[in-house]
Parts: sequence; structure tokens; C-alpha cells
Amino acid sequence: MTATETPASATARRAGGRRRAGAGGRPPRGRRLRYALTVAAFLLPSLVPLTLYTLIPMAGSLWVSLHEWNLITPMRWVGLDNYADLLGDPGTRAAFLHTLAFIAGYLPLVYAGGLGLAMLLNRAMPGRALLRGIYFLPVITSWVVVALMWKWLLNPASGLVNWALGLVGIDGPGWWTDPAWAMPSIVLASAWKDLGFVMIILLAGLQAVPKEFHEAARVDGASAWQRFRHVTLPLLSPSTFFVVVISLINGFQVFDQVHVMTGGGPGGATQVVVEQVYTFTFQYQKAGAASALSWLLFAVVLLVTLVQVRAQRRWVTYA
Amino acid sequence: MNKTILALAVLATALATTTACSQGSATKAPAADGGKVTLRYFTFSAAPDHVKDLDKIVAAFEKENPKIDVVVETAPFDQYFTKLQTSIAGGTAPDAFELNYENFVTYAASGSLLDLGAVGGDSDVSAYAPESLNAFKHGGKQYALPASFSTVVLFYNKDLFDKAGVEPPTADWTWADEQAAAEKLTDRKAGIYGDFQPVQFFEFYKALKQAGGEFLSPDGKKTAFNSPAGIKAAKWLVGKVGKTMPTEAEIGGTADYDTNLFKSGKLAMWHNGIWQFAGLKDVPFEWDVVVEPGDATKASAVFHNAVAASSATKLAKEAYAWARFLSSSKVAATTRIESSWELPPVSDQSVLAGYLKDPKPANRQAVFDSLKSIALPPVIQRQQEMQDAVTEELANAAAGRKPVEEALKDAAARVDELLA
Repeated sequence: MTATETPASATARRAGGRRRAGAGGRPPRGRRLRYALTVAAFLLPSLVPLTLYTLIPMAGSLWVSLHEWNLITPMRWVGLDNYADLLGDPGTRAAFLHTLAFIAGYLPLVYAGGLGLAMLLNRAMPGRALLRGIYFLPVITSWVVVALMWKWLLNPASGLVNWALGLVGIDGPGWWTDPAWAMPSIVLASAWKDLGFVMIILLAGLQAVPKEFHEAARVDGASAWQRFRHVTLPLLSPSTFFVVVISLINGFQVFDQVHVMTGGGPGGATQVVVEQVYTFTFQYQKAGAASALSWLLFAVVLLVTLVQVRAQRRWVTYA
Repeated sequence: MNKTILALAVLATALATTTACSQGSATKAPAADGGKVTLRYFTFSAAPDHVKDLDKIVAAFEKENPKIDVVVETAPFDQYFTKLQTSIAGGTAPDAFELNYENFVTYAASGSLLDLGAVGGDSDVSAYAPESLNAFKHGGKQYALPASFSTVVLFYNKDLFDKAGVEPPTADWTWADEQAAAEKLTDRKAGIYGDFQPVQFFEFYKALKQAGGEFLSPDGKKTAFNSPAGIKAAKWLVGKVGKTMPTEAEIGGTADYDTNLFKSGKLAMWHNGIWQFAGLKDVPFEWDVVVEPGDATKASAVFHNAVAASSATKLAKEAYAWARFLSSSKVAATTRIESSWELPPVSDQSVLAGYLKDPKPANRQAVFDSLKSIALPPVIQRQQEMQDAVTEELANAAAGRKPVEEALKDAAARVDELLA
């Protein structure tokens, strides 16, 4: 959607610029209409599915969130009761805390790992393209497959990870069957899967850093660490910003891996917000509460993103 | 500003996955070729072991009713109700579908079931065992016809008992006998466990009854299980974990772990349902069943399944005919009995007698004996939430995260809130 909309709006800007640069008067009506139709034609392919599958369902869920609805009988209007109930429910707070715990583990891990990989694979070395491809493979693999694989790797009784730990004399933890280790297990699987995505974005960012900057820094006697800290990182900040925004939004919506690996357990230790939405709708027949919770999540993500967009002015450097 | 728009756009797409849920299949009209109608029937109990048996019943029904074409759709139990619920909400409900006793009230109260009594008029219902028929009445109306029932018994591996020199279980056993035997039979080095009884809601309400307790107060408005009997029952279940039974970590979330453990000859005693009989036909060891040991009293869990019709079906008469055929016809009853596919809730005892003819397990009589004192699951409107709350708190106790007393107190508080 962004991919199709951005060029369209760019076209609009360019066209607008041409119009202003023109003879000064308003262009004839026919041309304006044709222009509007052209824009509409370009927007249509993404606008139709966007409206059908995103905007209408979103409006629908807002409507449902004001009702009590078990999906079977007609909806009953309850106003803002669902929201009030959720805000007073310790389960909601726990779900948001679990989600934040996930993000706190996931974001640094996936960023540091992705940055490391990107720096490594930015050097000239044999098999570089192949390695980049391999690291990107998990990104395009279905979450269900990845989650099942990690579930087996981390199986406390017969998993490879605990077997390997056993070889060096470590008694591996209960991973996703142990409330203390369940979230780290999910973080691990998630970071592994998304590493390639972060790597690709940062790799593109690294390649956009002009060589002259590094050379100039080297001439001035900057060490490798100083060059990384004061040249690479600042110039990488637009890519970093993008990665952080996307990862945070994805992090707040963590679901597939949780649903497959733990189903929110053990003992509710990994009950994240979207898993809660799923449980409300499909286990407890509470579609109204589920919709309200979705909108609470939306509000939180919106707020966090707005704060980030605002804060980026202070730390993102556009070269 | 542009970046804000971009971020918001990304956000909107991403959020769509959380707020939107799409509905799959399109409504299929009861198509007519040569006046033939298609009746969709949705079931969880047929797959995977009894699809052929159901086909046999369908064929017999279609022969009697040449104008009806029954199309069977199946789903595993743990996905069944999600699918059923969404299909009803989406207006693509099957014409007829299977319901279990625990979920019956939720569906009947929601108005999504057809009043089969009204469709059937004053047709003869003497073929049904009256208590089974009554289990599927709601507000005096017959919203479903009982099709099968099953009980939970104690399975045991005779070979393991012989090897350990322990006397095999009898109908007189109590919890103490079971525990003593389980301790002798457990050999963790050899990977052999003495006992397996899942720590969850269904085992708990039954153990509670065995201990002489009640789950709900007589008026059904409050819980009554946070009692000495409740604590005893919970301790009975939780106490096995890690001693005579594997822990949650050892099970590692493996599907059908207990079934495979028993089938591989490494489990001496197993609390499970008679629906397992067919799957144990070819195991390479001797096994049998007895009525579950009790404590203060005996109590066996009974599960009831019934056939209901959607209140939205255009084929009310046909759906009723199918429900009736599947639940009470001779073909259906004998097919169920011959394949050990649960039991038909028929009033005619001679039909049931056929069940005893099958040589394995030898003590089939235990299935009927277990019916003498039964424990029906407590049923409330918010059933699933109650089951999850109790199971979760028991799991907390089993893993040692909470003392049993505290877990039970918390479970009672959570269920009381659901009843409020």
C-alpha cells in the first residue's frame, strides 16, 4: 500500500509544481478532470482492497467495540462499557506488560543482530550475495513454520538446543513450558526470523554512506570505533528510524509465534495483547471486548509512533 | 510531514491484521439437481478414526431418503467450536451439526438452534434413553437429539503390572490403592510411569465429585469447589505430577503424549475415555479397563454428544430427519457399537448388549458399571472461560508456582466472577 501510494502522491506533487510553474492562470477544466481521473486510476488498485479489507473492517470493529456480541446472537449496545471493563481488568494490563516485555527483548536483539550482519556482509568477501540470501530466507518463511521449528528446537525434553547444552554440561531450561523462559523463547525465535529484514534495510543504509566520509575520518586519525560511532551510526540513522518504527509496530502486534509456540501460556506468561484479542473472540465469544482491545492497541501504537516521528527530528541525520 | 503520513499508512495496514477478520466460504444454496437437496453436517467425533463408520450411516440414510444428499464436514475437536461459531456468525452455518453437552447451553441460549421438537411434532421418542434426551432440552424445548455418549475409565497395562508384581486394579479400588500401585510401577530410569491423569478442568470436577464435593452451589450462582473436598481433589491430581506422572516440561506440549506413552507400553495406568478402544486394538501388550477408583464415592465422567440443526437452515425437515436417523436408527446404533465409536443413547438394552461381544477389552462391562454413578460437567453460559480459569490455576499448582490452596481459591474467585 505504501509502495503504491507514495509514487502517486509524488506524481501529484510534481504535477502540482508544473501547474504552478505554468502560465499563471488555472488550467482548463478538462485537463484538471483528466488529471484527477488519472490519479484516481492509479490509486484504484490499492484503494479498492484497502477500503474493502482495511477501512471498512476497521470501521466495523469500532462499531462492534461499542456492543456486546457473542458472534451468534444480535449485538447489544453497551456504549463505552467494553473500554471501561478493559481498563479496569488486570488481564489487560498484564497483556500490555507482556507485549512490552516482548518488545524490550526483541527490539535490541534484532537491531544489534541485524546491524552486525549488515556490517559483516557489507565487506567484500566471497559468497556474500549467497549469505545475504540465506539470512533473508527466514523473513519470507511462514511464521507458522518458523514457530513450529523453534518449538521443536526448544523442546525441553527432546529439543536440539537442550541436547547441545547438555553436551557442555548445562542443564537446559524448560523454555516455553517455564513461565520465566517462555517469553525469552519467543523473543529468540522472533529475532531470528526478522534478523534478515533488519539486515537488508541497514545494508542499504550502509551502502548509501559516502566513502569520502570514512576516508576523511581516517585521515583525521579516527579509530575504527570512532568511525563507527561518529560516521556510520549517524548516517545510518534514517534506516535505523525506519527499522525501529516498523519493528515496534510489528512488536506490538506479536501474535503468530505466540499462538503457535505457547498459546499465551504457560500460566498466561506470554498472553500478549493480540493473543488476548484472539482468545476473547474465538474462545470466549466476546467480540465486543476483543474489538475494544484492538482499538486500545491501535491507540497505543499510534501514540508511540507519533512520539517517535516527533523525536526523530532530534536524532535522525539526513545526509 | 510526509514521513508522518508514511508511518500512519504503515500503521493502518499493519493494524488491519488485528482488527479485521475475514470470513471464508461463500454460502452454498441447497442446490437442486432432480429435486435433490444437499444437507451439510459438521462433526468433530467422526474424524479421524470413524469417518468410514459415519459414511456407512450416511449411505443408509440416503438410501431411505433418496432426495437428500448428506455432505459431511469434519474438524478436530480443538478447532471445531471456533469454526462452528464463525460459520454461524458469517451466515454459512451447516444445516446440522454435532454439539457436546458442555457447549449445548451456550448455543441453545443464543438462539442459533432449531427447535427440533417443533419440527418433529409428536413423533415417538421412546427409542431414546430419557435422561440423555433431557440433557439436551433447554427451556423445555428439545434443541438437540442425543447421538452418542462415552465414559471415562481407568485403562491399565496388564504386562507392566505382572512385571512389577502388583495386583491389577479392581472395581473396589480407591485413590489410595491407585497411588500405592502407581508408586511401585513408576520406573523413571526406564521411562515408565505409573499413572497419567491430565491436570485440568474435566478431571478436576470429576475428582471433586469422587471426593464428595460439589462444583457449584445448589442454585448454580456461586462456586462451591473451594472446599476441603476440592482441595483434596486438586491435591490428588497435582500430587501425581513429577512423581508417578511426567511433568509439563517432560511432556513438552507434545500432542497425544499420553496416548503414545500408553501405546508404547510405558504407562501402567491411564485415565481416559472409551473412545480410545478402537485405537488400542493392535498394541503388542495385554490391557484392560476398570471403573475409575473413587475416594469418598465413585463417580465417572460421562460425555454426551448430540445432533442439532441450525435455526437458519432452509432444510428444517431434512435436518430433523438426519438428526433423528443419526441418533436413533438401528443402523446408526449398531454401527457405533460394532466400531466401538462411543455408545448410542438408546433405551433398548438389547442393542447395547452387542457392545459386550467385542473381546477387547475383556472387562467391557466396566463401561456400563461406570454409568451407575456419574459426574456430569458443570455447565454455565461462559463455559470456556470457566474451563480455562480452572485449568490454568491447577497448572499453576502443578508446576509449583502456587500452593494448591491458593490456586483453588484464585480459581473459585475467577469462576465466581464469570457467574456474577
